[in-house]
Amino acid sequence: MAASVAIQLEFGGGAELLFNGVKEHHVTLPSQTEPWDMKQLLVWIQRNLLKERPELFVQGDSVRPGILVLINDADWELMGELDYQLQDQDNIVFISTLHGG
Amino acid sequence: MAQEVVGLKAQLKEKENDIAALKKKLAQLEKSHTSALELRERVTPLTPLKAKAALCNEDIMRYSRQLLLPELGVKGQLNLSKTSVLVVGCGGLGCPLAQYLAAAGIGRLGLLDYDEVELSNLHRQVLHGEENQGQAKALSAANAVRRLNSTVECVPYHLQLSPENALQLIQQYPASQSSAYIYNVPTRYLVNDACVLSGKPLVSASALRMDGQLTVYNYCGGPCYRCLYPVPPPPETVTNCSDGGVLGVVPGIMGCFQALEVLKIASGQRSSCSQQLVMFDAQDARFRSIKLRPKQASCAVCGENPIVTRLVDYETFCGSAATDKCRRLNLLPRDQRITVQDYKSIMDKAEPHLLLDVRPLVEVDICHLPISLNIPLSSLEERKSEHIQLLQERISQLKQQMAGDRHPPVYVICKMGNDSQTAVQVLEKLSGSEVDSISLKDICGGLMAWSRKIDPTFPQY
Repeated sequence: MAASVAIQLEFGGGAELLFNGVKEHHVTLPSQTEPWDMKQLLVWIQRNLLKERPELFVQGDSVRPGILVLINDADWELMGELDYQLQDQDNIVFISTLHGG
Repeated sequence: MAQEVVGLKAQLKEKENDIAALKKKLAQLEKSHTSALELRERVTPLTPLKAKAALCNEDIMRYSRQLLLPELGVKGQLNLSKTSVLVVGCGGLGCPLAQYLAAAGIGRLGLLDYDEVELSNLHRQVLHGEENQGQAKALSAANAVRRLNSTVECVPYHLQLSPENALQLIQQYPASQSSAYIYNVPTRYLVNDACVLSGKPLVSASALRMDGQLTVYNYCGGPCYRCLYPVPPPPETVTNCSDGGVLGVVPGIMGCFQALEVLKIASGQRSSCSQQLVMFDAQDARFRSIKLRPKQASCAVCGENPIVTRLVDYETFCGSAATDKCRRLNLLPRDQRITVQDYKSIMDKAEPHLLLDVRPLVEVDICHLPISLNIPLSSLEERKSEHIQLLQERISQLKQQMAGDRHPPVYVICKMGNDSQTAVQVLEKLSGSEVDSISLKDICGGLMAWSRKIDPTFPQY
């Protein structure tokens, strides 16, 4: 049995608009048999935080193109993407790419 | 006799002064005539930029405060004067970018923009003035830049970057980098690919609402735009400045940041923004730098086995148009849409109806039609109970005014006529269940069409 994990979620670049404009969320993922990974976190976010228009956030089992995911201030590509196992106190950031000027 | 000599000498001196003044005036006129800025409508070859061997006294005085910096020095200043930079877009980022590059003494500035100056640009595109409205942005920016530093060679381009002209253009800026601020997704991929194919770094930034982002792509072995975003975002998830809004100073800050990185690269220092994403949150006044993934071996354009070896059709690739203009949706059948003229006659005949304005409150505060009921599209989508209740009350009132069993007509309006169609689709599902049955239509072109075609005193934004 893996213990519960407390993490900080941040949304920016407009992605926060999908979460009532709230940029920072402190959440605790409940304990479960398997350790939490990013793939499960995305499902959890969809069920618990994201109420409307999931297509603006996820596509398939990953984030939609144009959203950059950062794990502790590094591109998630460097950390194993969907397979990254969440640690207590991790900081996960979802940034929507901007196209304006 | 002696007096006559003195008098003649004085007259002669006066004439000589006149001649000198006339010569000076002529020289100035000739100089300004030969260097009148030529606005280019297509890409044509440029003469190579002349390399300066040394700084003249005027250069030394002009750049003295930056020459004192050991990071720059005379060598760095000479490097700047040998550098050509292409600025893609002369808007909120491009204006401060071009301004600081010119002020610092860059050699040549290509200024590209397909658009003309509008009143709604001036809050952030600070090189253009009120008198430049209607003028090509590239020319307006070039004139402003030249007033600042006439020794910088400015090349204004009034054209849209395309797969046909992009490589030819970018290759003409050989000593250096392209520095781009780009509004739309297809142009981002186009500029990225053109920079990769011609081996130029790309100093890219963007700004929207209260956020800014900056990355230097294809530089010192770092990733390109495609390494990070191999798949373009779905068009409906992309917001531009005319939809999302932007506080002018935010692109101002990001454009200045771009200028800084270009100057570092051009003078021979390194940019520290390769494989980095700099994010600026204007609300919290916070900068943050993120380490990005390295260059991807699998990248379609800069990877080990590139698929993109020449420029392709980017509008098809991205599923959206390469302009900053707003999209026009066609979600509803023709018989479910009315024109602003139709609505005007409904109003004139005082036919009982409900006008539902589905814009966000912040836009309704800017302007609205007096009889409209405002329920934002987002509230309808979320089925907010207080709003559904309000709608039902207004439908009941309307029913009392109407004879017979006809469904009360509800006309839905928004800014441009896109959200109003989505709102009709949402309301269709509520009609007959959560509210009484209603007859739904949207008003084509929205309030902006109302302003253009019916009431010119109604504001445009």
